[in-house]
Amino acid sequence: MNVAVTLHFTADTQKLPEVLDQLDTHLMSAGCPEDARMQLAVAVEEIFVNIANYAYSGKTGPATINIKADAHKASICFADSGFPYDPLKKEDPNIEQAAEDRPIGGLGIFLVKEMSDEVHYERRDDMNILTIVKKY
Amino acid sequence: MTYEITSPAPELTVAVKGRLDTLTSPKLESELEPSIAKARSLVLDLAEVDYLSSAGLRLLLTLQKRFKREGGSFALRNIQPGVMEILRMTGFLKILSVE
Repeated sequence: MNVAVTLHFTADTQKLPEVLDQLDTHLMSAGCPEDARMQLAVAVEEIFVNIANYAYSGKTGPATINIKADAHKASICFADSGFPYDPLKKEDPNIEQAAEDRPIGGLGIFLVKEMSDEVHYERRDDMNILTIVKKY
Repeated sequence: MTYEITSPAPELTVAVKGRLDTLTSPKLESELEPSIAKARSLVLDLAEVDYLSSAGLRLLLTLQKRFKREGGSFALRNIQPGVMEILRMTGFLKILSVE
């Protein structure tokens, strides 16, 4: 089944369970298999939490999530009107480092890239637009 | 996320159930702190953990560093395939002990 839905949230980490529940419901309706649903949820958590923690500099604001999915592919687009920020410019962590040398954190956007087939960022109409695409 | 202490400190084993995400990972860490403070070793049984985000990875790395620094041991047990894949792609399988 083709799913096309736009969800509106307050960018607040406390909303995360609601975000992930709705995502899972819509992806399941589309026929997305369980392993891909988990990987997409991880990517969506990282992006949503980034928006909640950083986009509005300590204040809250809106975060919109557009989901288009069918039985073979999902495209999930995030929009926020916070400060311009392209997370894809962040350098990937060194995943070969020993435990004692590895910094705590810094894996969020790396996971988004690993979980997705495509990730795009654009700044449009004073909004950060981040789109992930996953085939399954 | 819920958990059960199946073996008390100093040989601490904790069976975790549910999701290790941005909200639940700090909760698990703070609630286990009194037990961890008394533990020589910690095993996390992840048989019923079906989801791990970067916040869960952050918790695992924090525990690994802590036990290593204090001369103890930290290990994971019964990892589900989806979680295993995340540990593999982030290089965590090379730095964590898996029983």
